[in-house]
Amino acid sequence: MARSLIDVLDLSLDEIDELIAVANDIIANPRKYSEVCHGKKLATLFFEPSTRTRLSFEAAMYELGGHVLSVSSGASSSAAKGESVADTAKTVSCYADIIAMRHPKEGAPYVASLNASIPVINAGDGGHNHPTQTLTDLLTIKREKGHFENLTVGFCGDLKFGRTVHSLISALSRYSGVRIVLISPDELKLPSYIKNDVLKKNGIPYKQTTDLLSVIPELDILYMTRVQKERFFNEEDYLRLKDSYILEPRKLETAKADLCIMHPLPRVNEISVAIDDDPRACYFKQVLNGKYIRMALIMKLLKEAGTI
Amino acid sequence: MNIDSIQSGVVIDHITAGKGRVIYELLHLDDLDCSVAMIMNASSHKMGKKDIIKIDSNIPVDVDVIGYVDPEATINIIQNGTLVEKRALQLPELLTNVIRCKNPRCITSVEQELTQVFKLTDRNKKIYRCIYCEAKAGK
Repeated sequence: MARSLIDVLDLSLDEIDELIAVANDIIANPRKYSEVCHGKKLATLFFEPSTRTRLSFEAAMYELGGHVLSVSSGASSSAAKGESVADTAKTVSCYADIIAMRHPKEGAPYVASLNASIPVINAGDGGHNHPTQTLTDLLTIKREKGHFENLTVGFCGDLKFGRTVHSLISALSRYSGVRIVLISPDELKLPSYIKNDVLKKNGIPYKQTTDLLSVIPELDILYMTRVQKERFFNEEDYLRLKDSYILEPRKLETAKADLCIMHPLPRVNEISVAIDDDPRACYFKQVLNGKYIRMALIMKLLKEAGTI
Repeated sequence: MNIDSIQSGVVIDHITAGKGRVIYELLHLDDLDCSVAMIMNASSHKMGKKDIIKIDSNIPVDVDVIGYVDPEATINIIQNGTLVEKRALQLPELLTNVIRCKNPRCITSVEQELTQVFKLTDRNKKIYRCIYCEAKAGK
């Protein structure tokens, strides 16, 4: 069974450092990597809608000189006829060299990895894991800050359901000196099992607040997420809270000059477009970094499988 | 109340009172042809009250099931009326096809032929998580 990536915690810190180093080298010397995957095929199996992640994987493979086979919705594949994830994985293993899979059901990419003879990359399984988003976030932090240690990282918005938040908090908890600030309405607080199993267990100092303005001066990183209307029990609460978590230029007046503002995207209105030109806005850099870290990951897994 | 001693079989003893029925169901003891006695709320010096299950046949019992439900229970193997083996239990690392994942978003909710596997993630708190979606097992 080839090595797959299902959860970012499957990677050691050394491996994450190595992926980040390779991604940085790709950014500096793209030509060096333009034929690394010549003749190899990536199958993107997306059983759920996606813009960024699927195109990012596909662009990554093309820039490595490889090819892409794509299923862009469950309705256009044999899954619509009731084919199991295991059978799909076995079938695609006959055509491709590596799989990137997004699936609405949690654990589906893991099932695929148990049955495929080629590496499987989890490109998002429901609200569960999205390891390449976390790698993207880590590369962005590394490029913007130069290090992970001793950073104060604020997470703002929907901290209850946001898988990118949970996953990045878990990844950051492995570095020393990290401090976490959790900014959300009471309805969307970080689940207690993450506070207990990740933050408290690893001795990570953290604080919770509902007030973004009061903590913004202390942040090195501000990771914004969308507060979704459907998460609230009543519209009154939503209307009361929604503007508190919209980032506008005036809210950045007391922020550090080198604050790094991140967002996994898509955004709706939680970051004003007026901030896009602020040098502290890093969310579109994140998108670009996502392609480079996926290039590094595809190469790593194909090398480990002996394919390249 | 008297329950006859068994000559050859298995006695699951020191079951926390109330958990005997769970073990009975998970071991599918109602499918057996032999005599099975379940004693509930028996007096115990050590435990106050306990449940006991006596199976009048030397069937292989799934120790993982019993260890998961009640790691304090003991398994006694009886042959020719004599205790020949006493097994202490511990929480098993993996539970395979013992319990089902209740997370409706889990892949096992739509692909029901998948092997149901739970992994022990916190021995002190006795927490098992589904290997697919990592949802916590609910006993």
